[in-house]
Amino acid sequence: MAARREDRITGSAGGSLALLVVFLAVWEWVPALFEVPAFIIPPASAVWDEFVRMLAKDRLIHHTLVTTATVLVGFALGALLGMVVGYLLGMSPRAEFVLSPYILALQIAPKVAFAPLFIMWFGYTVYPKILVAVLIVFFPVMVNVLGALRSVDPDLVNLARAFTATRAQVFWRIEFPASMPPLFSGLRIGATLAVIGVVVGELVGGNTGLGYLLVFGEGQANTAMVFVTIILLTVIGIIAYVAVIALERWVLHYMPSRSLETV
Amino acid sequence: MSAATARLEFRAVTRRFGRAEATVTAVEAVSLAVGDGEVVSLIGPSGCGKSTLLNIAAGLYPPSEGEAYVDRVRVTGPNRQVAFMLQKDLLLPWRSIRENVEFGLEIHGVAAAERRPRAAALLARMHLADCADRYPHQLSGGMRQRAALARTLAVDPSVLLLDEPFSALDAQTKMVLQQDLAQTLRDTRKTAFFITHDLVEAVTLSDRVLVMSRRPGRIIEEIPIALPDRDRPLERRRQPALGDYVARLMALLDVVHAEV
Repeated sequence: MAARREDRITGSAGGSLALLVVFLAVWEWVPALFEVPAFIIPPASAVWDEFVRMLAKDRLIHHTLVTTATVLVGFALGALLGMVVGYLLGMSPRAEFVLSPYILALQIAPKVAFAPLFIMWFGYTVYPKILVAVLIVFFPVMVNVLGALRSVDPDLVNLARAFTATRAQVFWRIEFPASMPPLFSGLRIGATLAVIGVVVGELVGGNTGLGYLLVFGEGQANTAMVFVTIILLTVIGIIAYVAVIALERWVLHYMPSRSLETV
Repeated sequence: MSAATARLEFRAVTRRFGRAEATVTAVEAVSLAVGDGEVVSLIGPSGCGKSTLLNIAAGLYPPSEGEAYVDRVRVTGPNRQVAFMLQKDLLLPWRSIRENVEFGLEIHGVAAAERRPRAAALLARMHLADCADRYPHQLSGGMRQRAALARTLAVDPSVLLLDEPFSALDAQTKMVLQQDLAQTLRDTRKTAFFITHDLVEAVTLSDRVLVMSRRPGRIIEEIPIALPDRDRPLERRRQPALGDYVARLMALLDVVHAEV
């Protein structure tokens, strides 16, 4: 069984790799066949050359690290804040009732629209970018934590209470662990949203980060540069997402593996 | 049953839910006593307030009128003398079976060094020694209910409150677990208050069966079970007189005309 499963995984990995080769080949040669100019779709080789040039001339590593660090900090703060507020509101239905219309309004508001405002407040620093990321990560995490606390089986809580558990024991031994699967769904969403938040912040103002390079490349009509930047942003997003999944697998090791497989 | 030796006692317990005009009386003027080492079953139509009595005994909510006593101490909140077990196993999915069995002890503040041997002994008794480090989702329904029973016994309660603990199991598993429960109750000399819908189960496991009316629930009949082998329900099942008891319970519950 296990061997067959491994074969299947190796087989599909091989398939994915073959697809990548086909994709790169199509990208390299097909636009030229249809006479699509390089400033619309630069061939893969030109994007690679631009990548190497940017590494040497445009401090690409520096900008990538700045964006990565901002994403990390924004995600961590947003997730932490979402958890704290989610757990506090979850334990206080009255506070949730009072605050819910405002939370809903803030949740509906497009968070990236706050980027120019934050730049007006904090200038061309790293703070507005972090703040957009915090705001955008906060909601899915908070909403999932709140929903998780609402849906804890009341009989589980009664079981603990009947064993004379205190409120704190009920939280740490029942509610907190029970909220882990929804919390991680929220973190997965937050991981990809954090990249969006930071990039929008960088697009709007500043002179560092991949978002800045994106605007710069656009200004230069350097399509290859824009491509390189988009690819690197995607890589950052993938790394963040995979890191959350790895953490999730480690924390939720007790779950049937099937329920973790679907991404 | 004299109140002097009662482990669990209800004195004129009434419980209403809701406020003002919308009150529903779940149970009304229920008085009963369960003696030391006795197993008493409570049967009655769905929604007649059986579980309400159990929650009052567990101290999860107070009676509207009357009092409940466990070990002759008035119940005013959750207490260490009772432990309950429901139809749902309520095993915590993030804990191994061993850790689940230790859950109540942990809440009671028993040190790990003391919890381990107690859990190990109960797991062995419940034929779960090999599953101690597995997680609940890896076990069958019957094994999970055994683990729940081990968790209930681990805190060494005076009274076990059992609310249809086997009703979600298939017929064969159910009979095996009934046998295990009965033998465990005998060996540990525990007192049990057992809620069930299964009339045969009530007769095979109990010293006495109490019958409740439709809502508002009142005790309408008390039937002592004068059959041997309370600790061996598989044997008791074969007693010809069992059928008479079941027939009498069916008549009392008006099974034929019950609203379904």
